[in-house]
Amino acid sequence: MTPFLSQIVILLLVATSTGILLARKWRWLIAFLSAQYAGVFLLALQHLPLGMATVKVIAGWMGAAILGMTHSSLEEERPETLPQGRFFRLVAAGIVLLIAGTGAPFVDSLMANAGMIVSAGGMLLIGMGLIHLGVTDQPLRVTIGLMTVLAGFEVLYAAVENSILVAALLATITLGLALTGSYLMIASAKEENQAETI
Amino acid sequence: MNAPTIWILTPAIFAILLMPLRNQRALSLIGGVFTVLLAVAAQFVPMEQALRLGTLSLRIESSLNILGRQLVINPQEGPLLALIYGATSLWFFGAEASKSALRFVPLGLLVTALMVASIAVEPFLFAALFIETAVLLAVPLVTSIDKPPGKGIIRFLIYQTLAMPCILTSGWLLAGVEASPGNLTLAAQSAAVLGLGFAFLLAVFPLYNWIPMLLEESPPFTVGFLLWILPTATLVFGVGFIDRYSWLRTSPQFVTALRFSGLLMLATGGLWAAFQNHIGRIMAYGSIAETGFALLALSLDSRVGIPILFLLFPARALGLAVWSLALTILKERSKSMRFSDVRGMLRIAPIAGAGLALASLSTSGFPLLGGFPARLALWDALARVSLTGAFWMGVGVISLFAASFRMLAVLSMADEYAGWEANENWLQALMLGLGIIGLFILGLFPQAVQFFLADLPAMFEHLGQ
Repeated sequence: MTPFLSQIVILLLVATSTGILLARKWRWLIAFLSAQYAGVFLLALQHLPLGMATVKVIAGWMGAAILGMTHSSLEEERPETLPQGRFFRLVAAGIVLLIAGTGAPFVDSLMANAGMIVSAGGMLLIGMGLIHLGVTDQPLRVTIGLMTVLAGFEVLYAAVENSILVAALLATITLGLALTGSYLMIASAKEENQAETI
Repeated sequence: MNAPTIWILTPAIFAILLMPLRNQRALSLIGGVFTVLLAVAAQFVPMEQALRLGTLSLRIESSLNILGRQLVINPQEGPLLALIYGATSLWFFGAEASKSALRFVPLGLLVTALMVASIAVEPFLFAALFIETAVLLAVPLVTSIDKPPGKGIIRFLIYQTLAMPCILTSGWLLAGVEASPGNLTLAAQSAAVLGLGFAFLLAVFPLYNWIPMLLEESPPFTVGFLLWILPTATLVFGVGFIDRYSWLRTSPQFVTALRFSGLLMLATGGLWAAFQNHIGRIMAYGSIAETGFALLALSLDSRVGIPILFLLFPARALGLAVWSLALTILKERSKSMRFSDVRGMLRIAPIAGAGLALASLSTSGFPLLGGFPARLALWDALARVSLTGAFWMGVGVISLFAASFRMLAVLSMADEYAGWEANENWLQALMLGLGIIGLFILGLFPQAVQFFLADLPAMFEHLGQ
């Protein structure tokens, strides 16, 4: 990957993962998640053949589609109250960015010289996903947070393991997470409907 | 014909076929009988040997190639499969009594097949992927689409999912440690990542807060099943890790860490249980303490610790099955599982009350009950290597006893003139009765299960010697 393209990929991941952290509307969340998987694809391509890297992006997009379709069928557009404390989230994202930047050489050496861009990208996604998991308990956001962490891990793990079975299982897990998230979203919607009835 | 097809793929396909069935009794019976057959076959049908059936000659191979990797079930693992499927059959037979068979049997069978796959997969660290898939299936198992999910299930999903990257990364790092054993920094890093992964998977202190939450918000029977199958398979997977890496086996720091985590889980689980006013949360802390016992067994010399670890498994399975079924029955008849609502329930549901008390006492290690032999052996072995450890184990056990007796006192605090009436139906009474008898048999005749357990340590190349 050329240095220019590398910078573009990292910028894309910074923009999408920060966007996920800050977005209020679910449509933006899904859009950022989908764009994030395009970045994951480009990073995975550094160590995996095209076919296996494509599996990751397709599984991610399918997961995003499952979440988006479930959410769109559940409720009408309404003002979102979360996330609050955007400034806090922005600062947290900045700290993660700093850690990913400084920790990338260490991770690079640990993960069989995966490459600085791959290490930084993976660390960034894992950190942003963990921040997201720490500030929410909504099924949609938790699912997206977990998918972000796993996407970061997949980018790093692709450098050391290129087994087809692992790729297939990781894709299954990404899809399974999206389905589980949808299930929990549907169940959560019952609570909101009950509350409205009362 | 090969073993992974029989004990992994067939149950998984069978589970999918069971999904459209809408009859509780049929599901419970079919699931129970099917798993009993799998257990019997695992115990008695020889693998890697020609089996003559009249003119037919069958040979069950131990491995199956799948996407470039292998699922391998060695002949030594037969008794473990018998134990897993045998215990699963207990839950399935009890599913009708708990009125949860519709989702529980198909999903439970699928989860069990995946956990067996996690034990069978080669390279073994890919087990984390199968465990994660089982975790994802467990979400619809313990929640209902008609009821909003609580915080417990969300935390369960997060913690168990975070375990997978840690385990897979540690597998990669451990391979590096094997290649350069002198690299202490790498060894420390890999041990830290491995420890974190297993702390998430086994819900080690303080990552176990989802368990009491889950038992408050979800059906106790299905949660009980999860609290049995997940730690059991994870522990076998963990022992595989220890067996595989010699530096891990011989590291004194690793033994100390295991012992410390076990004691922490046992002591905190016991103490927290003693101060709860909710019978579901008491079961949650009881299961946490059970994992503590298992970690303590792992911290001992493998010649003593591994047999004790396997001796803990049947008592845990039976104890949790009886406990969760009794809880389900009591929950049906009271507003909630708080002490204020279950007061005096022993007179309304005496068999369920007795089951609850006896299962909880068995977990505490009460003499004559299933948990006693393993705990006695564990305490004895621990006292030989660490008196401080034995003291803290005593604190945990006494606290568990306190929780059991508090629960028993609350259940028996009925109004003076309240009469006795058994409100359990015949099936519930039968299942609980058999479970209680089983707890006594395990306590009085622990050698009865040696039939399954004696050869189990042989499945580990180094630890089993």
